Amino acid sequence: MADLPTGGSVRSHCVGTTAIVYATDYLNKLTGERIERECRLQLEAGCRALVINFRDTELVNSIGVSILLGVIDAVERVGAQLIFSDVNNSTVELFEMLGLTRHVVVAANEKEAFATLAEFVPVADKLGH
Amino acid sequence: MADKLDRLVHTFAALADLGQEIADTSDFHEMVRTSLHLLLGSLAVRRGAITEFDSEARVLRFIATRGLDEKEPDYIALDSQAISDLISVGLCAVKCDDDNAASRRLAEQHLAVLEANRIEILLPLVVRGKLVGLILLGEKASGEAYTPEDRDLLWAMGRHIGVGIQERRLVEELERRAAENRKLYEDMRGIYQDTVKAFAAAIDCKDKYTQGHSERVGKYSEIIAREMGWSDDAVEGIAVAGYLHDIGKLVVERDILNAPYHIDAKQSSELNRHPAAGYEILAPIHHPYADISLMARYHHERMDGAGYPEGLIGDQIPVGARIVALADSFDAMTTDRPYKKRRSLEDVVIDFRRNSGKQFAPEVVASLCRALLKEVTGETGERRILRMLGKGYVDPDRIAPLLAELIAELDSALFAKAAGNA
Repeated sequence: MADLPTGGSVRSHCVGTTAIVYATDYLNKLTGERIERECRLQLEAGCRALVINFRDTELVNSIGVSILLGVIDAVERVGAQLIFSDVNNSTVELFEMLGLTRHVVVAANEKEAFATLAEFVPVADKLGH
Repeated sequence: MADKLDRLVHTFAALADLGQEIADTSDFHEMVRTSLHLLLGSLAVRRGAITEFDSEARVLRFIATRGLDEKEPDYIALDSQAISDLISVGLCAVKCDDDNAASRRLAEQHLAVLEANRIEILLPLVVRGKLVGLILLGEKASGEAYTPEDRDLLWAMGRHIGVGIQERRLVEELERRAAENRKLYEDMRGIYQDTVKAFAAAIDCKDKYTQGHSERVGKYSEIIAREMGWSDDAVEGIAVAGYLHDIGKLVVERDILNAPYHIDAKQSSELNRHPAAGYEILAPIHHPYADISLMARYHHERMDGAGYPEGLIGDQIPVGARIVALADSFDAMTTDRPYKKRRSLEDVVIDFRRNSGKQFAPEVVASLCRALLKEVTGETGERRILRMLGKGYVDPDRIAPLLAELIAELDSALFAKAAGNA
């Protein structure tokens, strides 16, 4: 497990080429933009998968949604994977209602997120090529 | 039903946040950036932009974007037809492929930009019939089409954003006009000062023995007033009064002014008309400073009431006139005249001591002496008075103690007077 530099006060760490980024209690513009910046930094640093952990997040407002859409966009542009974990029920409902779950997998926790990511491993890697 | 309610709560919160953002944020670009976040986040739209219409360049400038192609242009040029199309669409979210002639024409004209960024919705920002910008929105994350409710929400948010842009324009326009007015005022002030100096030159030209006198009196008055702690504006005003104090001489016969000998009583009476004549000339003018005409009128008054034209006593004489009176006398004593050479500075200081409270106001004498002492001792680094007095005239070693002594004496008397009054 290697720690990578973080942006602002966002907590994150890396497991292999997967970065886990921890969202704060209220995802607004200030904290949201820090998360987006951190995710972009991790992708630039070579991470191929991102897990955003929402265990501390109680509320996501419209700005938070817009920022998460920006993260989804950044991840798709580089062909990486994105998983949201530990999302509370009301936020999951919000993500479903707005269609974010069409673009991102929601996992119950980090363990499940890693298990899901394992399934994403390219076929070539599975075959040991 | 629950889903619909959740949607309503989410969009309502976004609308409330947007209103607050536009009302509270003083940083325009931050306001627009946040507005775009709220707009996209309320319906989970994956990409979009807010543009501002530049009516002079006839372009829509991108002022906030999210998720657009990185090669997006800085602006979209509009022809007259496109501008009127956007105005005719009005504040209304329209699909690029709507069966609406105006939006279709716009989409066709700017197809490359819209297609490259997968723009689906155009929302012209029209405020009071004027185009202020255009919002461009891509597809929703849900993949669903925009519903009539979505368009209603966009209309409400667009109205907020349009008003925000319009307000900023009004503020910019006000600031621009204020800057123009400030410049105009500065220009007029410059013209006024130049005119004053031209008048001073004209006055001094008429009297060949006092060339440069008005200008020096203006400068001495300014120095004294500054020493007395006057405000910058008031100091400028007293300088103008100094420059113009002898303007009444313009109506005095040139022969009297230029007589190379002592003038007789009749000529003296004619010459003594000049303060009142100066007042008559200056009073109708709306000067940017107060009491210029009074300072000209009373610059030959004396503290003991023996002056003219009205024989005012002490505090009846405006302070400005007391300053100009001393500056006038100081220059008269320290410059050569046709009928007498200038006096030594030591002699002038002795004259000041003798005439303080009689001819001159003590506090004004003390201020001039203090300013002069500072220059003589090099305390301020300024040499304005010394420059006007000319090289070799001032002996610092002799004059400094005299000035210090007189200042102490005057200060002590003024203090005693103030204490007595209290």
